[in-house]
Amino acid sequence: MVSPNNHYTTKSEGVTINFITPEGDKKTIIANKGESIMDISHTHDDIELECACEGSLACSTCHVIVDPEYYKKLEEPTDEENDMLDLAFGLTETSRLGCQIVMEKDLDGITVTIPSATRNVQLKGSKLS
Amino acid sequence: MYNPITSRRINIFKPSFKFWPLLNCEYGKNIISKNLLLKAHKLPYSTNLTSASSFRLAIIGSGPAGFYTAYHMLKEHPSSLVDMYEALPMPFGLVRYGVAPDHPEVKNVQNRFDEVARDARFTFIGNVKFSKELKISDLKSHYDAIVLSYGASQDKRLNIKNEDDSIRNVFSARTFVGWYNGLPQYRDLQPDLTCSDSAIIIGHGNVALDVARILLTDIDELSKTDITEYALEYLRKSRIRNVTLIGRRGPLQVSFTAKELREMMHLPNTRFHTDTELVKTELSANAELISQNRPLKRLMQILENGTSKTVGEKSWSLKFLRSPVEFITRDSSDPPQTNFIKAVKFHINKLEGPPDNRIAVSTGVIEEIETSLVFKSVGYKSTPVEGLPFDEKKGLVPNVKGKVLDKNDNEFPGLYVSGWLKRGPQGVIATTMYDAFETAEIIISDIQQNKPMLSDTIDNCPKMGAEAVIPILHERGIRTVSYDDWKKIEEKEFEVGRRKRKPREKYSRVEEVLGILDK
Repeated sequence: MVSPNNHYTTKSEGVTINFITPEGDKKTIIANKGESIMDISHTHDDIELECACEGSLACSTCHVIVDPEYYKKLEEPTDEENDMLDLAFGLTETSRLGCQIVMEKDLDGITVTIPSATRNVQLKGSKLS
Repeated sequence: MYNPITSRRINIFKPSFKFWPLLNCEYGKNIISKNLLLKAHKLPYSTNLTSASSFRLAIIGSGPAGFYTAYHMLKEHPSSLVDMYEALPMPFGLVRYGVAPDHPEVKNVQNRFDEVARDARFTFIGNVKFSKELKISDLKSHYDAIVLSYGASQDKRLNIKNEDDSIRNVFSARTFVGWYNGLPQYRDLQPDLTCSDSAIIIGHGNVALDVARILLTDIDELSKTDITEYALEYLRKSRIRNVTLIGRRGPLQVSFTAKELREMMHLPNTRFHTDTELVKTELSANAELISQNRPLKRLMQILENGTSKTVGEKSWSLKFLRSPVEFITRDSSDPPQTNFIKAVKFHINKLEGPPDNRIAVSTGVIEEIETSLVFKSVGYKSTPVEGLPFDEKKGLVPNVKGKVLDKNDNEFPGLYVSGWLKRGPQGVIATTMYDAFETAEIIISDIQQNKPMLSDTIDNCPKMGAEAVIPILHERGIRTVSYDDWKKIEEKEFEVGRRKRKPREKYSRVEEVLGILDK
């Protein structure tokens, strides 16, 4: 399924990315090479990813969970990205910040899950939780 | 066309017949004469008169909590009309007055807030002090619901002897940060940064690190930021070269996070000191706990690596296991010296309790540390408002997911809370964002379930929000500030900033801002 916003990218030029929303719906988008997941969420209304700091590694709101097979293909996160991931809710072994994942040919077919943002109890000042 | 009630000629807008029931009530009769005032605030008054089914929401506070609540409401419940009341003429709360000048990327959220503020369904009303100039009773008849998001504007207490004695050169970190960020309330703080080369900060959180970093950052670097010019002048003359951060527990219990600690370790020309033996002991005694906690593991690694930073003219230190018990002032009879800080008395602590919940227990051993400059950075506290529920112990408004509860734990119809006032004064902007979205979701769910909102309608008229409240405020002599007004001020801040090669030069006096607007 092609996203209605994606008029100009043909299947041969584009790179396919699958999003799984917090509600569990799957959306397939044909993105352009060089677009970050943050860029894709900005140009597609049906992908809801809040990017509060606009890609400057100053927040963790674009946190996505990458499928393990593709996670291996990504370059290691920098210290700066890891510092922000430390603060992300529901961090997993294959978590990354969406603003740092740039679509390339070898990421064709990647699936990323947008985690649910609801927190339950906020433990007081505790990083040990 | 003539107004059927007043028989005056209508020049500004032409109400059609469907407005008749609305014009026939008290507010309708006044609405035409109030047009010009409303136009100044660019209120969508014509839309309002057609949308008797709009959900009128008042939000108190224009920081991230308020704006993200507004954002989510407008997106997920499009028939919302949101009015945001703010005490200052300038919006954005701690994004403007708390975030450090050398962290401009964190302030990118303002772009989103700006988008929200420009929405036709949103109205910003600045320079209105909630509880003093505008009360809940004023708002009840004009809104379906109110969201309290006025944050935490006080300091958590140390609860020590002579804490309230207004000792000179003892400041809360919050006040100092507000000062260098241009918060009008602290414009005239006048910290003495020349009386010695050392400062003490009580607290091991990110705000404490911010203060330390601003005190130790090269002045040429700071001068490129949006730090206020008057603060820059103080810092240019500052003699402070050594900053010690003192906390009551141990290395594993620090509240600051990796990014901020890393920045401190990367400060040029700055040594790092700490009790390396204590750090080693704590790390090995808790190795298993640390290995299971990724953020803690990475934080401790930065701390451990930092102990090798032994070169530099400036220094910063982390001191552990000390709780302040008294401030000692100079006893000289010279007027400038009276009531000036001279030293801080501490109790040395030991840690007790389970590894994931260590508490500090005094050993009874006293240590006195000499100092001429102290910052208290142990957290914030919210202020209760007359007539509203407040949990003194937790320092927040009692609620469930943002729905306010009264003292009998029953839901308070039409009253909601988001941000620090809801969950306590902790967390970063992102945390507040999710918090605000949760509150907005609860409001929407309550609307869909037809739960009772604020009642108190007048003559069964639809609620008129700011259109009714702004004239009341003006009658009280309050000069309300619109979003357009703020954009004029901001443009001037950019202009003056450009001349000084800074992103902006903040106005720090309310009178000055109002003077510019009323020229």
